[in-house]
Amino acid sequence: MSETAATTFAALPAKPDTPRSAVTEGRAVRWTLIAVAIVFLALFLVVPLATVFVQALSKGWETYLATFREPDALAAVRLTLIVAAIAVPFNLVFGIAASWAIAKFEFPGKSLLVTLIDLPFSVSPVVSGLIYVLVFSAQGVFGAFFVQHGIQVLFALPGIVLATIFVTFPFVARELIPLMQEQGTAEEEAALTLGASGLWAFLTVTLPNIRWGLLYSVLLCNARAMGEFGAVSVVSGHIRGLTNTIPLHVEILYNEYNFVAAFAVASLLAGLALVTLLIKSVLEWRYAGELAAGGRH
Amino acid sequence: MTASTKPRWRFRRPSVLPGFGITFGYTILCLSLVVLIPLGALVVRASGLGLSGILEVAADPRVASALKISFGVSLLAALTASVFGFLVAWVLTRYRFPGRRIVDAVVDLPFALPTAVAGIALAQVYAPNGVIGAQLERIGIKAAYTPVGIFIAMVFIGLPFAVRTVQPLIAEIDKEVEEASATLGASRRATLWKVVLPPLIPAVLTGFALAFARGVGEYGSIIFIAGNLPYVSEIAPLLIVIKLSEYDYAGAAAIATIMLGISFLTLLAINLIQAWSRRRFGYV
Repeated sequence: MSETAATTFAALPAKPDTPRSAVTEGRAVRWTLIAVAIVFLALFLVVPLATVFVQALSKGWETYLATFREPDALAAVRLTLIVAAIAVPFNLVFGIAASWAIAKFEFPGKSLLVTLIDLPFSVSPVVSGLIYVLVFSAQGVFGAFFVQHGIQVLFALPGIVLATIFVTFPFVARELIPLMQEQGTAEEEAALTLGASGLWAFLTVTLPNIRWGLLYSVLLCNARAMGEFGAVSVVSGHIRGLTNTIPLHVEILYNEYNFVAAFAVASLLAGLALVTLLIKSVLEWRYAGELAAGGRH
Repeated sequence: MTASTKPRWRFRRPSVLPGFGITFGYTILCLSLVVLIPLGALVVRASGLGLSGILEVAADPRVASALKISFGVSLLAALTASVFGFLVAWVLTRYRFPGRRIVDAVVDLPFALPTAVAGIALAQVYAPNGVIGAQLERIGIKAAYTPVGIFIAMVFIGLPFAVRTVQPLIAEIDKEVEEASATLGASRRATLWKVVLPPLIPAVLTGFALAFARGVGEYGSIIFIAGNLPYVSEIAPLLIVIKLSEYDYAGAAAIATIMLGISFLTLLAINLIQAWSRRRFGYV
């Protein structure tokens, strides 16, 4: 790029060290802007993240580890793992089915369907919890039915799972739909022409093509499922040792002024977030071509 | 089949690929059970109140002040996030400096960090005895447990939206246009202002709207730092939770409907911006 300028103005003395000042800012301006951006990110993002770990370990490793010997903390971890183990596979299967139907076929009303799938992203977490309360409370739309049959949905595992599925609903579908649309249908059609069954074509052609996008979206879906607070808080009822997920347990400890324990439990989730970010960044650097363009959430 | 046979109307265009029926049916089933029926329950509940009932709830002084705080502070926070988000996106795409990739990954932190964790961490950092809070206190700014705290949490949560909507467009800018502008004698400032910036405006507006919508609905990262004083630092989502704990389902549904209505308008605005951008600049 700079060769053109250099050859055109060959008469001018070459200054290899200075940047092309015509299409970028001066050195001083550049470094000032970089510094402002980094300081801003540090104040708003990095310092709070570091605080989690500093506070968690402020009374030493012994106290830190003791937090996780509490039966309530263990129960919270167990519940969070159960919820994620149901919600993530559910959304995975839904996401694959939805993206197959939407990306591989043409039908009217497609963009409306995509908008509806995206809807949970634009609903406040608290409202996401509220709608399930309205459906399943005793005075709710279906509440009477469930109460009659002795099925406890609210303030129990089913409600927490439903609220989590709702807030993570679009993750897999919205990554896979653009990805599968980019890839088209030619490869699957070739496989079918060569005698493969539909399922076999999906497993051997489509699935390998979308594997990195799939991993990427499941990763983000899982992080949100394990960390969801607002929606779960509304439907859980906060019963210690029974319906508290990790984020709710953090809240309870914090409100009891048990700060070290609160940050210790929070450090689990912060660690999960860091691992998620790390794998996500690696996927974006290495397999950018095999992820949906603009697939960042 | 003869050529004269009138083609039967089909819902979907014919394809040799199998599996449309079952995947489409499953998609509709899940969508209905998880999203449409529960959201429908809210609509039913709200229509039971009627417009006058909803307005009556909104007129309650405590609700009105919570809505004002939620929307007002979110507006300011989205503005701040847009300005600094643009700066961060510009620095990340245009300049090369050591650690750029790490900084790029850090931007996504608010997406990955659970809101409750962000909430207690922000409250700790910006509290009067916290790392940054103590410094702010010295220059006379009380951050935590005031609307300033709400503002900080909303900037935190909105920043990645502002950065990630603008970043790909900055990367796509054709440098030749800038070179042409410079060759024609424009100063760098004039080039930035008249050539580089205008095509980025729709993306900046989209990022702003996304950050705004997210800020209005945000709960977890705000309640710990806000102090939650009625009429001063109480946000609308918290009021929904309070109404629910008092079994005032109608009141909770009314506030939720108002919030949904406003986020619907925001989404509409985003779509209009993008439609305008497609006409004006030929891309989203």
